[in-house]
Amino acid sequence: MAVKDYIRQRFFPHIWCPGCGHGIVLNALLRAIDQLGMSKNEIVMVSGIGCSSRISGYVDFHTLHTLHGRALAFATGVKMSMPELNVIVPMGDGDALAIGGNHFIHAARRNIAMTAIIMNNRIYGMTGGQYSPLSGYGTRATTAPYLNIDHDFDIAEMAMAAGASFVARTTTYHVRQMADILKEAILHEGFSVVEILSQCPTYFGRKNKMGSAADMMEMFKKNTTPIGSEAKKENPDLIERGIFVQKDVPEYCSEYDKLIENAMKGQ
Amino acid sequence: MSKNVKFIQGNEVCVEAALYAGLDFFAGYPITPSTEIAEHMSLRLPQTGGKFLQMEDEIASICAIVGASLTGHKVMTATSGPGFSLMQEGLGYAIMTEIPCVIVNVQRGGPSTGLPTGPSQGDVYQARWGVHGDHAIIALTASNHQDIFSITVDAFNMAETYRTPVILLFDEVVGHMRERLVVPEPEEIPLVERLRTSVKAGVDYHPYLPREDGRLPMSDFGGVHRYNVTGLFHDMWGFPSNNSGVTHGLLRHLVDKIKNNVEVITRFKEYYLEDAECILISYGSSARSALHVMENRRSRGDRIGLLELQSLWPFPYELVRKKCANAKHIVVVEMNMGQVIRAVKRAVDHPDRVVLANRIDGFFINPTDIKNILRLIQGKGV
Amino acid sequence: MGKVKLKEHIINREWCKGCGICVHFCPKNVLELDETDKGVAVRPEDCICCKLCELRCPDLAIEVLTETETSALVKSEEAAEV
Repeated sequence: MAVKDYIRQRFFPHIWCPGCGHGIVLNALLRAIDQLGMSKNEIVMVSGIGCSSRISGYVDFHTLHTLHGRALAFATGVKMSMPELNVIVPMGDGDALAIGGNHFIHAARRNIAMTAIIMNNRIYGMTGGQYSPLSGYGTRATTAPYLNIDHDFDIAEMAMAAGASFVARTTTYHVRQMADILKEAILHEGFSVVEILSQCPTYFGRKNKMGSAADMMEMFKKNTTPIGSEAKKENPDLIERGIFVQKDVPEYCSEYDKLIENAMKGQ
Repeated sequence: MSKNVKFIQGNEVCVEAALYAGLDFFAGYPITPSTEIAEHMSLRLPQTGGKFLQMEDEIASICAIVGASLTGHKVMTATSGPGFSLMQEGLGYAIMTEIPCVIVNVQRGGPSTGLPTGPSQGDVYQARWGVHGDHAIIALTASNHQDIFSITVDAFNMAETYRTPVILLFDEVVGHMRERLVVPEPEEIPLVERLRTSVKAGVDYHPYLPREDGRLPMSDFGGVHRYNVTGLFHDMWGFPSNNSGVTHGLLRHLVDKIKNNVEVITRFKEYYLEDAECILISYGSSARSALHVMENRRSRGDRIGLLELQSLWPFPYELVRKKCANAKHIVVVEMNMGQVIRAVKRAVDHPDRVVLANRIDGFFINPTDIKNILRLIQGKGV
Repeated sequence: MGKVKLKEHIINREWCKGCGICVHFCPKNVLELDETDKGVAVRPEDCICCKLCELRCPDLAIEVLTETETSALVKSEEAAEV
């Protein structure tokens, strides 16, 4: 199948701004799914609210566009009730880590097999550029006119601490790596987290004088480095990208099947 | 064959009835006085091959059951006041997306953390209007274990029939009380199963296009029809729309599918209403005390009757109006500062004849409380 | 194995929002934005078919169509297998 066979073409061009990184994530995700040869009927995409969450309207899967921050909770119900489905949950940084932070760490803790994609553009775009938990200290936003004093956190480290059995990071510049990581994440038997640094030229870029979409992607190239690289040792400020964790941990739905077996035997 | 008789808590009755109705997915979070529903569910559901999930909060619980309903399962969650507040956003989502589910609220005293172990019926209007925006809702209640069983089965049947969330508004007293339950035989109570579309693969399926009878056949997620579900106003394919016709049509449909079926949805019990000069109107555990007073006064020759409401929303205005047409006094018995009484006053021809017998101190309203009000009405003083 | 050769850049002008990402990152300066801010392949002969423009396009608006140039030797081997 071609990539375009996986989308609902009648809704294009999409609503995202010119140069928005979320379109690149959609692009890579479709290629990953195409390369895996997955059937459209076996995929459920569950999203929340925000720019990122609009992705579910564009893909020709079973799609569930839910509430702000709650995508993983809805997805947990879908997956638990029908474990044979492949559940993909794209979220924004505010969606996943502010309003949805609790659902995020608990989905990771349960190690339920689904793919959480966090499109991290460090801003609330849909509402017009307010700072998010990922904006970081010293950035500007419409709600941080005197510079932001909130510290951000490291999504990958938090996901690992919460128990996610697959954790990776990439950027919209590194498109081939993005598709490769997404393939691994989708195939992973457990909760997989993929953080993708994505540009919002309209709000985060403009407020913080970062130039065009292409300029912001150049920064992803310059500011990131493969995990464990020599460059990281010399410059600790570089952001590592690649797969941090990929381990076998008992998966929640399979564990529940065993529980049912025991309950039925009266144990 | 001997009857299956149990002596159990109301919360357990609710679980057994849900299983009888075909429940196979429950997600919840512990909260007094509903916790025994989650506990008993965690024991019973896996025995039947179903799944119990303890989520991180009530928000996640209602979201999870909505997700599970979409794959074709009968689902439920249970909570109490504070948790019910947290569930309102998810409840609105289920209303908008027309996803069958059952939400139990075993009421306790409020507002806020209130009285975790004290009885109250203060959530009647939260059940009706807790969700923002115009909408309709079904809320059912019961006063004894046999009725908890049948009304719980009814709740699942209505959720499937109207593709809507249904609220079971129980209270601390019926939830924690133990009494006899005769478990109905299989098939004794008819069950409504999920109406699935007969549209074949490859043919355009409209998940949000009602049939002539108003029902919307569903297609399970994972099946041959890929469609969109969103809390935004949406067209017949489920895709967001801000077209004025689509918006108006959807909102009307969401309200009318329930409003136009009030008579079918209405559940009530009546005692001696034919000649009653004084009518008690009550529901839930309060109706137990009201029934006791009614029986006691009847035996002394008083022309008193009882209308026990088992469906609070949509409110059966016409029923209440007709039943109370000849009453000189209408006493609404409830454990709040006057909630159902507002609807009763709207319903009857003479609102000035309606008075409240209530209790709001965290203790169960007892027959004496009601008798005191009756004495006042009769000019006898307390 | 044959060499990958460009057939055509298909650019969907309805979907292209003119962000310039394809132009900026093209290693051979094949692409430019026209006067209406839509991507166009102005020097297709320089294209090395890396497809980075296609992969990085946020609008899914570019497709780099290629064909494999097969040599006479490869063709005869294939024929032998059949």
